[in-house]
Amino acid sequence: MSETRLLLANIDEPDLHTLEVYERLGGYGKRLRRALLELSPEEVLQELEESDLRGRGGAGFAMGKKASFIPKGDMDKYLCCNADESEPGTFKDRLLMQKNPHLLIEGCIIGGIAAGANKGFIFIRGEYAAQADILDAALAEAYGRGYLGERILDSEHSFDLVVHRGQGAYICGEETALLDGLEGKRGNPRLKPPFPANQGLYQGPTLINNVETLCNAPAIVEKGADWFKSLGVEKSTGTKVVSVSGNVRRPGNYEVGLGTPVREIIYDLAGGPPEGREVKCFFPGGSSAPVLTQEHLDLPYTFEAMADAGSMLGSGAIIVVDDSVQLVGLALRLSEFYRHESCGKCVPCREGTNWTVKMLERIDEGEATPMDLEIMAQVQENILGNCLCVLGDSMAMPVGSMISHFREEFEQHIEQARAKRDLEDVSHRGAPELAAAGEAGPN
Amino acid sequence: MQRAGDEGAIRATPLPTGWDEAVRLDEDAATVPDPVDVAVPDELRAEIEGHMAKYPDRHSAALPALGAAQERHGWCSPEAIAQVAVVMQVTPAYLSSIATFYDMLRTQPIGSSYVYVCTSVACHLRNAKAVHDAIAEEAERQGVEGVDIREFECLGACDMAPMASVDGRYVGPMDVSDAPEFVRQLKEGRDVLPGRSLEDPGFRLPWDTRAQPEQSAGPEARGEDERPPAPDYAGGDRPGTPEGDAA
Repeated sequence: MSETRLLLANIDEPDLHTLEVYERLGGYGKRLRRALLELSPEEVLQELEESDLRGRGGAGFAMGKKASFIPKGDMDKYLCCNADESEPGTFKDRLLMQKNPHLLIEGCIIGGIAAGANKGFIFIRGEYAAQADILDAALAEAYGRGYLGERILDSEHSFDLVVHRGQGAYICGEETALLDGLEGKRGNPRLKPPFPANQGLYQGPTLINNVETLCNAPAIVEKGADWFKSLGVEKSTGTKVVSVSGNVRRPGNYEVGLGTPVREIIYDLAGGPPEGREVKCFFPGGSSAPVLTQEHLDLPYTFEAMADAGSMLGSGAIIVVDDSVQLVGLALRLSEFYRHESCGKCVPCREGTNWTVKMLERIDEGEATPMDLEIMAQVQENILGNCLCVLGDSMAMPVGSMISHFREEFEQHIEQARAKRDLEDVSHRGAPELAAAGEAGPN
Repeated sequence: MQRAGDEGAIRATPLPTGWDEAVRLDEDAATVPDPVDVAVPDELRAEIEGHMAKYPDRHSAALPALGAAQERHGWCSPEAIAQVAVVMQVTPAYLSSIATFYDMLRTQPIGSSYVYVCTSVACHLRNAKAVHDAIAEEAERQGVEGVDIREFECLGACDMAPMASVDGRYVGPMDVSDAPEFVRQLKEGRDVLPGRSLEDPGFRLPWDTRAQPEQSAGPEARGEDERPPAPDYAGGDRPGTPEGDAA
């Protein structure tokens, strides 16, 4: 099986990040003229809406629809590009920005036209220092050639773009927390509604889209919605850059048409798990997505199929976990991440992530009983849907899914860890039966 | 206001900054500093003002401004915060609230450069914790000072796991056995693991074997697979679709 490359088509071209090479390969030029001069903003918006392009950042909300929510009128409107790619397992935007920054800039201009915004910000995570520098250099080139600034290509449209560097906070990938980070505050999510489309950055209507989403816009304007739809299936149109990581032989970014079976992505493209090992489970959409198991490998990789299977396509990052991995340790690592990254604004998330970590530690240390799994399920239930954003849910769902798919393993771990601890406690007193039980314990 | 006594003796030791740590209850809240009292290096002032000019609201410059000050001071020291506060005309408390929130802003003088070893989910599956521990141990053995070595959450480079960011330079994939060389180069102030950074020209992942014929010989391989492999990239991809689909 091979990839279907749209966004990554020229990614191996030397110096693609320079304006010269990007223009030579068809960037800006005719299609930007089309968006700016031939089509009206309504027509650009309509094309995006008809393409059914869905957000590539996690939620999968239709981009055109989101843009259509932006009110008309003369108020200041903004476009924000969410380049705070922090979802564990996701590294597609990094590649796009490093290798093809002008594609993103062009996407931002077109997004700006659709939203009626003339000021845009690219919120890039601070860790992507090199990529931010590349973007800055690309912006300077684009300004120099008149693709940004006042009256682009002598059209009615003006558009300014600024690269805003974050300083390390996963929560800033959440759209309203991103706005707070951009306004120079702690990145705390806001109560919704009002949604950013009505009241976002500096209280103005704001369109927020992921890097990959915006990178799709130029081709849609150039070749039309119908062409774009032909690349995917049903309501999952276009291609997807899938970041495959974890226990596979060839981790990396692979671009496929949506609807490609998961098995082909994991085995044919990424090489499958290492010799002699099997897929135990996988996160189909970043670490926030509930895990799926072997039986789901033949599902088509679409927003719908992943949702029907009880998970989500999310940011399009497949993390493969093979059968050598102990799930309690993985769940613990996962929960520690969310505990660390919880902004602390909502109690269920702040406390729930902390308690989940503590309970998983108890399991590992042999202090837990099988009843703890019930308590843990309750904690997860109390997080779900009870916070301003979905960070807490993003821990509750995958941890919950691990326990429900692999309950036996968790119970066994509890028993073995208890036996091991008991052995350590009493071995000096000589308890042969406990010693025997302890031999089977985890190391 | 309390007078100095036993209380005062305790407070004479410098208090750590950080919102969940001790607070000086015996002092009034700091106000927006007077420009007369705080000297700001010209370069830093220009940089902060440059950031402020980019946004409709000057507060938006808080993150980049603190980043710029940290670069000069090594951390968000009270002095650094005062300098940003006086240029931006905001209270130091406002800036402290931000410095304590974001992971990359240091509220302790740990070191002016950093090594973030990613130990998040995807790296965890590839033994990242052991790599971090080996580097930390080795750094202690070799007596490296002034470097903030720590575990970090996902750095967005799971294709090169386990990996680390050395002052923003991404290196990987690493192994426990890389630790001595890694630390030696770090101590000498050179680029660590040359040739194995995402930013190095011609960087390729070890399993990125596009040049090998077997890679393009799948049953469904297309004719275009025969185009020559590009010299660099980091994604482990192989040649794919016709150029006609070019974006």
